[in-house]
Amino acid sequence: MEEKLALFKNRKRFGIEKNIDIIFKNTALVLSSFVAIILLGIVLVVFFQSFESFSRYGLKFLVTSEWNPVKDEYGAFTAIYGTLITSFLSLLITIPLGVGTAIFITEDFVPKVFREIIGSFVELLAAIPSVVLGLWAIFVMEPFFRAFFVFLHNFFGWFPLFSTEPTGRNSLLAILILVVMLLPIVTSIARDSLNQVPKKLRNASYGIGASRWKTIFSVILPAALSGIMAGVLLALGRAMGETMAVTMIIGNSNAFSWSILSPGYTISSMLANQFGEADGSQVSSLFYAAFVLMILSLVINIFAQWLVKKFSLKY
Amino acid sequence: MNSLFYQKNSSRNIGDKVFTSLSLICVVIAILPLIFLVTYILIKGGAQITPDLFTLEPNPPGDDLDAGGINPALIGTLIITTIASIIAIPVGVGGGIYLAEYSKGGPFSRFIRFGVNVLAGVPSIIAGVFIYALIVSTKILFGSMYSGLAGGMALSILMLPTVIKTTDEGLKLVPNELRYASLGVGASMYTTILKITLPSAFRSIATGVVLGIARAAGETAPLIFTALFSYYYITGFGDLFYEMGSLAVLIYNFALEPYDAQNKLAWAASFILVLSILSVNIFSRILAAFTEKTKRV
Repeated sequence: MEEKLALFKNRKRFGIEKNIDIIFKNTALVLSSFVAIILLGIVLVVFFQSFESFSRYGLKFLVTSEWNPVKDEYGAFTAIYGTLITSFLSLLITIPLGVGTAIFITEDFVPKVFREIIGSFVELLAAIPSVVLGLWAIFVMEPFFRAFFVFLHNFFGWFPLFSTEPTGRNSLLAILILVVMLLPIVTSIARDSLNQVPKKLRNASYGIGASRWKTIFSVILPAALSGIMAGVLLALGRAMGETMAVTMIIGNSNAFSWSILSPGYTISSMLANQFGEADGSQVSSLFYAAFVLMILSLVINIFAQWLVKKFSLKY
Repeated sequence: MNSLFYQKNSSRNIGDKVFTSLSLICVVIAILPLIFLVTYILIKGGAQITPDLFTLEPNPPGDDLDAGGINPALIGTLIITTIASIIAIPVGVGGGIYLAEYSKGGPFSRFIRFGVNVLAGVPSIIAGVFIYALIVSTKILFGSMYSGLAGGMALSILMLPTVIKTTDEGLKLVPNELRYASLGVGASMYTTILKITLPSAFRSIATGVVLGIARAAGETAPLIFTALFSYYYITGFGDLFYEMGSLAVLIYNFALEPYDAQNKLAWAASFILVLSILSVNIFSRILAAFTEKTKRV
């Protein structure tokens, strides 16, 4: 025994191999910390670039809607309102549609093949670039909905959201194209979390005599709620940050209006539109707006992750 | 006696039918525009495809009948996504290797995984703004401002989380027995990773990375003020340091032109972009389904 151990004592790795191992591990460590560095870099760079505007306007920037490069007066309220209203309203339409679709493809109403086709088709749509959706929105959706918007204004014009005469591109079109973009996200995440609900819960519910939809509403959906909520929040973050399709269809006007039938602005469309040609304190103000957008989406994202951790299924 | 039979008209059965039809309506509303969208793009865009499209420069917008081709944008997209891949794949795969193979679930790796998710949620235009501030406005790349290189860097920020995630998850699926066996016969850690675990996770990682590249190819927002746009042929290596066109930005610019000829170019570019992205997606899906089936047997 002693002899054998002594034999092994001499069988060491070469020094160079040990070093390669250490170098390899540390390289991987450094590469993985790149994520943190980039994230930190983004926050710091955007913050410092916006500092000039931040110190000049302070929080007033968030509530005034004057955006005048000639007079050097900047306030991003129009864009912030546009960002919030487009993302929330589009979610409001997307959630029932997406969750309804997800329920349909997780229940056994139609054979599995069809459900899988529907599911993968919806997921494929997430792959279509948003700029193409924007192109489609300009040339197909806008003419298609024109008459409908006039109808909306004529009948619901007393409601602030529909109070302006529709003229071409407007916020409502942006909301509709956002629905098309968000649907795949909400549907696929809702489907995944519905699929994760254990079968015995469903069987128990059927066993005590609940009907199918009673089971869905009282057992399956509550059990999958945290996952669906997280998906909704991710979609909300995406809706706020979405740039191209919205920029192309929202009309890009900084004149504030409560109505979604008037041209509007979102923070990201403002950035896309003005960043290239901006100079002086306008650049700093744009960075300030970008900072606001970044904080909004960071908060939503972190909240979504927290939600998933906190309420993830424990069956 | 009656309660033993299915009653068509009882309120619960009617209610069930109502909700079932409602969910069917949801599916129809969700699917119809999508089908319409894809067929419209393929038909309208496909009709604009000519051989000239692939070889000519686009003409400057004007009332010309002939808009030219999209050659520079096509090549530009290839170059910019290649640059992004060259940056994002090594960094992402390396980071994923650390997370899956070395980290032991401590605070650092949890923080990095959290950071990956947060970075994946950062709006793509913020990545463009970041690169603009860091590289374009400082002219740090040998004095060039807008450049294909800067555009590729912006895209790489968007690709990075996808690559790390797929590497991390792909490696986690490799059974531990393989690692034990390799380490047991005396292989060092890096040999084990490079020769055993990475190759056996190769397919899933490659699928994820290719999907990430396909997504990046369609991104526009990070490019509009980093790579900008160019009407001219890409002739040599030096063009990396100048404005570079891409299909995505071409669609954006030409969709907003009032001229029909330019709009048609935008449709043609969309056709090429959508067709290539969709075929990559479908192909990887079929591949994934196929490997899953063979595994089950």
